[in-house]
Amino acid sequence: MSMKTSTRQVNGVTIVDCSGRITLGEGSVTLKDVVRDLLSKGQKKILLNLGDVNYIDSSGIGELVSAFTTVRNQGGELKLLNLTKKVHDLLQITKLYTVFDVKDDEAGAIKSFS
Amino acid sequence: MTEQRVSYTLDSTLETVDSAEQAASRIASEAGFDDDEVMRIAMAVREAAVNAVLHGNAYDPGKKVSLAFERIGENLVITIRDQGKGLDPDKIPDPLAPENLLKTSGRGIFLIRSFMDEVQISPSQTGTEIKLIKHVPGAPGDVKEASQ
Repeated sequence: MSMKTSTRQVNGVTIVDCSGRITLGEGSVTLKDVVRDLLSKGQKKILLNLGDVNYIDSSGIGELVSAFTTVRNQGGELKLLNLTKKVHDLLQITKLYTVFDVKDDEAGAIKSFS
Repeated sequence: MTEQRVSYTLDSTLETVDSAEQAASRIASEAGFDDDEVMRIAMAVREAAVNAVLHGNAYDPGKKVSLAFERIGENLVITIRDQGKGLDPDKIPDPLAPENLLKTSGRGIFLIRSFMDEVQISPSQTGTEIKLIKHVPGAPGDVKEASQ
């Protein structure tokens, strides 16, 4: 199963609901395209909901890092929401869990954007 | 103990990466690993296949990736070989170093080492061979089993 995304706006924050796999190829490209598209529209407060992402590989991790730094370099914020255990564990062992701003409550996550 | 070997010769494509992962998942499951370990083994094989296809063979249609699964004694041994220039594992930066944390690549070998019991990387001028070894649960020499 490849990755699918849908976006919605809540109080000025763009929530990207992701599902499937973020892996080398289609999944990583999909994520890159979504973030690039949002930035081009000036939407710089981005919350990636990974609650339905059941698999991510090193390329997917790299794409998350790329999205995070790209948004930050444009003066925006990108946060992660609802990590599955597998994704959580991967971010832990790669020491990225503390790099990303990870949330587990959507309402609280939205409020946390400056 | 019965020795078993399954091998594949695969093209240097993204489809190979998925096929290698799926084969690893099936074989690890049949070997008796639990779901979490199956996922880890399959991901290690996926990452090794990515290295072989992208960095080793560089998608060259004239170059192949060989993949073999063997049950050798108490171990599941997975061998992936490419026909590239040879990967020097000593030149791979530490992805956990603070200066590398925000790099967008370079985590594949680290994940492989994290998920497998033993990893042997043998580069040569005719390609890189990476051997991934995992102790089979319940096998006589299984450390987890012996410690319980």
